[in-house]
Amino acid sequence: MSKRIALGFVAMLLVVASAYASFYIAPEERTMGLIQRIFYFHVACAWAGFTAFFLCFIGNLMYVWKRQQKYDWLGVSGGEVGLAFTTVVLITGPIWAHPVWGIWWTWDARLTSTFVLWLLYVSYLLLRTLVEEPDRRALLSSLFGIFAFIDVPLVFGAIRWWRTQHPQPVIMGGQGSGLDPTMKMVFFFSAFAMHVLMVFLLAERYSLEKLQTETDFLAHEVEAQ
Amino acid sequence: MTSFTIPPTGLRFENIDKRYGGLYALRRVSFEIASGECAVLAGRNGSGKTTLLRIAGQIVRPTHGKLSFPGHTAGSDGNPRPGYVGHSTMVYDELSAEENLLLFAKLQKVESPAERAENLLREVGLFERRTSLVRTFSRGMRQRVAIARALIHRPSVLLLDEPATGLDPLGITWLANSLRELNRAGCTVVMSLHGESEISALATRAVRLDVGSVVADTKTGTSLREILTFGSA
Amino acid sequence: MSLLSNTTVLLGKELRTEFRSRELLTTTVVFILVVLILFSFAISPTTEESREFGPGLLWLAILFAASLMLQPCFLREQNNDTLSSLRLAVSDPFSIFLAKLAANTLFLMVTELIMLPFFAVFYNVPVLPEFSWLIVVLFLGSLGISIAGTALSAISAQARMRELLLPLLLLPLLTPVLVVSATVTVSLFDREPIVKGKGIAFLAVFDVVFLTVLWLFGEYLLEE
Repeated sequence: MSKRIALGFVAMLLVVASAYASFYIAPEERTMGLIQRIFYFHVACAWAGFTAFFLCFIGNLMYVWKRQQKYDWLGVSGGEVGLAFTTVVLITGPIWAHPVWGIWWTWDARLTSTFVLWLLYVSYLLLRTLVEEPDRRALLSSLFGIFAFIDVPLVFGAIRWWRTQHPQPVIMGGQGSGLDPTMKMVFFFSAFAMHVLMVFLLAERYSLEKLQTETDFLAHEVEAQ
Repeated sequence: MTSFTIPPTGLRFENIDKRYGGLYALRRVSFEIASGECAVLAGRNGSGKTTLLRIAGQIVRPTHGKLSFPGHTAGSDGNPRPGYVGHSTMVYDELSAEENLLLFAKLQKVESPAERAENLLREVGLFERRTSLVRTFSRGMRQRVAIARALIHRPSVLLLDEPATGLDPLGITWLANSLRELNRAGCTVVMSLHGESEISALATRAVRLDVGSVVADTKTGTSLREILTFGSA
Repeated sequence: MSLLSNTTVLLGKELRTEFRSRELLTTTVVFILVVLILFSFAISPTTEESREFGPGLLWLAILFAASLMLQPCFLREQNNDTLSSLRLAVSDPFSIFLAKLAANTLFLMVTELIMLPFFAVFYNVPVLPEFSWLIVVLFLGSLGISIAGTALSAISAQARMRELLLPLLLLPLLTPVLVVSATVTVSLFDREPIVKGKGIAFLAVFDVVFLTVLWLFGEYLLEE
């Protein structure tokens, strides 16, 4: 318990530090000005979200193989936390796009793919609410989770190819734009901070799910007497 | 149904648990049915009879425990395939009786599937209606198709879940005779029943389940009558 | 090979069942037709726009129709618990999936081929040049839809609100198929038609990937 509190505290510190770094340490970007600083936050969240989904995928695979509840807890935690970070990515994208391009959404390849990713994991969580029996819920959602995660590279690939057919404005400067060394440092620090935050949130969600399941089980045992 | 020798196969449950969420449908069920026995599973609704039979039929996986078939020499598949007659007919309403049996015969690699299907249809008394869709059949006729389907691959173990439900007295007599013949030929029969009847009279063994556990067994001295009528209204 | 013969027998059953009632085929054809007509009411495209947007709308209509058509796939097997008897009878549960996805692909393609003349007329699209490539794209796209759809209908059949759940699970998953098929189809209908090999290859990759995942995990989808 105290380990988790410590982790939360550290995560908070790191996030605040990275925010400071984003605003005061990173140099100003030539063309876009102040709004560009949201990049450190936006992309860091995307990476953290993706790692969370990857952990969800691991949980899914392990559950199908071992059928131990703890893997289902990992799955739902990874899914929810990943979805939270991905939501932030989808919100900060337009916040950046509007001052720069004057439009809220551009069907930019990465943002669009992220949106589909978001939809996939919303479906994952929705599926969970629609299956009552816990073991069935764990198995079915794990199987869908596996399909969904395997789909992710295909989604990103397909949409990127689609955009090469109809080029659109690219959010965040695209692949080619090199990063100044200080910017790189700030970025990796932000990404690290977001990952620590992600792990903290995941651990919290995991223990919540664990507690819920154990309570339900005890309640049933009592009833059966 | 009896023009062949059935290899002797028993049925063994070892510490079978089946859990659905927090509820145990079966708890530490352990007993063995010897090959060639005609065993009855008795118990109220919800006692776990159907779950246990579905586990024996390998339709459902137990949460813990082991199912085995002593006496069965591992062929190409490992565990043998019991014949299973459940609450539903497990055949297609939109296909004819003949088409259904042919389907299951071919899937299970039965030799001369068309011939086997025809023979079974004659034996269960449905040959005249073989081209009619199962949808048009009465409850009794559906039960006959279900039994034919279960027997199509000449199983050495036959599992039946409340097979007499919905059958008229003639149907029950027919079923009792068929099961007697099969059992005599060496097929191990396990069926769940409510109360005493012409069919329960065939039993050489009975086990009673209550709330997922074994509470009585003819092997340990309780009489068949007692097991079948225990506390029943 | 046992898998192949079981699949063939089961495919025969799927086809026989469907052609006896033809419910799925007729309702799917009518549905796509209605959707396409409604699209043109809603958008009122010019001739040039029709050519550009038509294929996208066609694939969208196919996707919607498929997500409805795939509902009964495993629900039917719950009626008389025939899924249990099938599982007992076959040595490899994958044959159940193979037969169903083959049947579904066939139904989708039949529907699409029936729809094609209507689509060509309403949307003023020249479907005949590069017709063989069009068939290839329709096939690969329909196959992808069927593979994912068959797998997911096994999942949704075991959940509540399955009529809404299946489209919800299926449509995001099939985004790659929609995007790539539509893009390739548009260029096939161009004034100077181009065959986008990369897109077609991508669809094939999608199909192989999902078929493999289904093969690896299929038996768990059918577990009780």
